[in-house]
Amino acid sequence: MAELPGSIREAGDLLRARRATAVELAEVAIERAGVDPYNAWLLVSAEQARAQARAADERIASGDASPLCGIPWACKDIIGTKGVETTAGSKILDGYVPPYSATVVERLEAAGAVMIGKTNLDEFAMGSSNENSAFGPVKNPWDTSRVPGGSSGGSAVAVAAGEVCFGLGTDTGGSIRQPAALSGVAGMKPTYGRVSRYGVVAFASSLDQVGPFGRTVEDIALVCQALFGVDPADATTMPLPSEDLCRDLERGVKGMRLGVPREYFVKGIEPGVERAVRAAIRELEHQGATLLDVSLPSTDHALGVYYIVQPAEASANLARYDGVRYGLRVEGPDLVGTYKATRGAGFGPEVKRRMILGTYALSTGYYDAYYVKAQKVRTVIKKEFDDVFARVDALVTPTSPTVAFGIGAKTNDPLAMYLNDVFTLPVNIAGLPGISIPCGVSEGLPVGLQVIAASYQEATMFRVAAAYERATEHHRMRPPAARAA
Amino acid sequence: MSEIDARVVRYVADLARIGLTDDEVERFTSQLSVVLDAVGKLREIDTADIPPTASVLPLANVTREDEVRASLPLEDVMRNAPTRDGDLFRVQTIIEERPEERVRG
Repeated sequence: MAELPGSIREAGDLLRARRATAVELAEVAIERAGVDPYNAWLLVSAEQARAQARAADERIASGDASPLCGIPWACKDIIGTKGVETTAGSKILDGYVPPYSATVVERLEAAGAVMIGKTNLDEFAMGSSNENSAFGPVKNPWDTSRVPGGSSGGSAVAVAAGEVCFGLGTDTGGSIRQPAALSGVAGMKPTYGRVSRYGVVAFASSLDQVGPFGRTVEDIALVCQALFGVDPADATTMPLPSEDLCRDLERGVKGMRLGVPREYFVKGIEPGVERAVRAAIRELEHQGATLLDVSLPSTDHALGVYYIVQPAEASANLARYDGVRYGLRVEGPDLVGTYKATRGAGFGPEVKRRMILGTYALSTGYYDAYYVKAQKVRTVIKKEFDDVFARVDALVTPTSPTVAFGIGAKTNDPLAMYLNDVFTLPVNIAGLPGISIPCGVSEGLPVGLQVIAASYQEATMFRVAAAYERATEHHRMRPPAARAA
Repeated sequence: MSEIDARVVRYVADLARIGLTDDEVERFTSQLSVVLDAVGKLREIDTADIPPTASVLPLANVTREDEVRASLPLEDVMRNAPTRDGDLFRVQTIIEERPEERVRG
């Protein structure tokens, strides 16, 4: 076997028909990851992967039909893995070996999935380009002079380049959907509260969710099926009855009402991106959906809310890196001096910027003007979504205003970098589910279509995305280098 | 323009216990001014009667049984400590000892 199958479904069919073994799939993935030219991987845990693959083969031999059993996957290195180094892309955690695994990792392990290793990311998931990693940027397989998006760029690229069948990322303001769009794969952020955050390095706790990257909408739904559910170790997981997330994949969009928010087609969007997304929306109409022109008037203020709430939460969460219990320690003249020296040396510039911004927004005299104000506007933004979802089944928008941009193009202009996420971060602010799927190319680079649904309506979101995927071939696009390989 | 200058950046970095170089102070001051100007647009919205979001979840007071469970193996936890003394984390002295206080034991 030279290449991995094109989807979890295909790989599972091969495994259960005994035409491939989990060990064979793992060996292909280990080999591909080992020679990955995009800096997508921080660590390949080959021995553990082989052991998991052997166990999966035994389960399959005894008739296990779990859809993820024996499937190779990539884990963003902000998700804790017992006994396997977890750095969050930061020098301050270089060498850290978690004493326990995140709940999501345990659930995938219980499903029989085979973790190949840990993928590169922006430090502490703070970034939209993967250039903020302490271990070097990830390159886009469609054009290696360009970024893959971020912060989960490593997992996006590992899937795009055919090195694994699926990946996990985290999405705080677009960190799964935006790299999925820029790298030409599907990527999805669940409703806040669907997936446990236990064991995931905390960034902005009211916004963070773990979610999958995959080649097809069905694959995304299959991984979500394994991830979703209440976790006693995370009090922000919703106790909901389990449901079949694949139940509506084949239903089509006939009779559905899809909202097209006019604020998502404004200044800053590249013409090629708008063309591809408009064509995708027309295709959904052609499939029988009714399009509604809708308005989310406060969309323009989402960036302001996000860049107060998120750094504020980050500044509190990252206060734990004190050089005492784990991670880097740089001795100063006294304990406070040690904190300062440790963080000064251990955090990269973007992390420092956000900690200063967040501490400022929470400090005496500014707390009401910034933090409380932002949480009030957050209420407004959430209500606008709630009102719109009383009239539509889902929203369809571009995922990102641009295609992949050049490495280095925005590194000295934080605000320009933050604007990459204007179409994804409102979804986190309101806690909604969102998926990005490939919908064509502009200037030879992938464009993503975002589908947003009301809270806990992932099955409806998958229904729309799957209908589009069935009608088109965009999800079969492969980057030039991966095609040549 | 926003009210952030180099003095404020140094002050806030000190609150956050982050050591910055002079170069970083200068760079962050101009970059954060631009960001704060952008987020300052929120002031345009009238939020007089609007409550701040506490959580997007319809959950409150999530509790569980108070049961004794096994904790992580001590060695797995201590292994990551940058400096240790047996099963203790080693830190610098934070309380200065003065002779007259010693009497109080």
